Amino acid sequence: MIPTPSLSHLTKEDYRKVYEPAEDTFALLDALEEDAERITSQKVNRAPDSSGKGKLCVEIGSGSGCVSAFVSQILGSSDAYYICTDINPEANRCTDLTGKENKVTLNAIRTSLLESLTGRLENKVDLLLFNPPYVPTEEEEERMAQAEQSIQGSWAGGNTGTRLVDTIIDQGLVETLLSPGGSFYLVAIKQNDPEAIVARLNQRGLDSKVVLARRAGREHLHIIRSIKPTGEDDHQ
Amino acid sequence: MRLLTHNLLACHARACTTTSNNFPLIFKDVQVELIQAEPNPDFIKGFLPKIEWNALVKTARSLGQDVLPEQSPDFSKPLNDEALLNSLHHILLEIHIMEGQMICPNCSHIYQIRSGIPNMLLAEHEINK
Repeated sequence: MIPTPSLSHLTKEDYRKVYEPAEDTFALLDALEEDAERITSQKVNRAPDSSGKGKLCVEIGSGSGCVSAFVSQILGSSDAYYICTDINPEANRCTDLTGKENKVTLNAIRTSLLESLTGRLENKVDLLLFNPPYVPTEEEEERMAQAEQSIQGSWAGGNTGTRLVDTIIDQGLVETLLSPGGSFYLVAIKQNDPEAIVARLNQRGLDSKVVLARRAGREHLHIIRSIKPTGEDDHQ
Repeated sequence: MRLLTHNLLACHARACTTTSNNFPLIFKDVQVELIQAEPNPDFIKGFLPKIEWNALVKTARSLGQDVLPEQSPDFSKPLNDEALLNSLHHILLEIHIMEGQMICPNCSHIYQIRSGIPNMLLAEHEINK
């Protein structure tokens, strides 16, 4: 059992500005833990003496930094590189602190989704993580929330709760940025229509499925996983 | 912000994404902090093929680090040059840019770095310029 990262350095005041890890976060952690061996044993690009080390993990909208800090316990804090984006500067600060608290460097970047990274990251991301704002809201509310670059943007998801997820998928970023064999983990709820998201990812040549479904209060949480084929004989 | 992170960032103003001149971003007025990291040669070896070598050499030189060869190592062979691995460890992972600016060589947009965190956000009018 992999312990949940220490977040004792974060205060009530921080959680007024940054999403506090909750059932959706823990569902993602559980799915990652379940896949720990697969994630760790994935080969890294074309390095001839590949030890499996040197992976690149990118988290979109890292918030508190809890998820990336958790992954560093699976992949090793110095064996992989962790990039954490967030549009909210308070989230950048908390992510940085959570890394320090958990003895890993989480490299925080203030940006929207993957902007400024997409050019350089083609076929290079071994693990891509996204716990998006998934709560269905008015479109206007979602736009305002992103524009404010604050905590509202961590949950307001637009019409079906999937506006930012749609952006990532429809721009082809998942299959473009993942390395061969690389994987993408996405949090969704029932109202987002997880099966439709899976179908869209599959249409893009990714091997996708719901790997975890769980009820938590009113939310029916789903963790979707997509794997980019290696082009070689896949054995899993 | 470490130089490895810098090696992954490019200007994303719309006019710049269609050029190759939006990378690497050029440092200006930077404050550097050196923070020791435990050496991990296997990480460097595994990660190196993801690095844009020429950009790294150029950026390292702009910060007074002249030890990297112009010519990128041959990634089809195992990298066992211990001195080079040590230099790469230091340059990629131990040099932190705490404050300063990064300038796009194409459109001259200035990205700020504050408390070690780069701000890559562009306003709507900046994306479209």
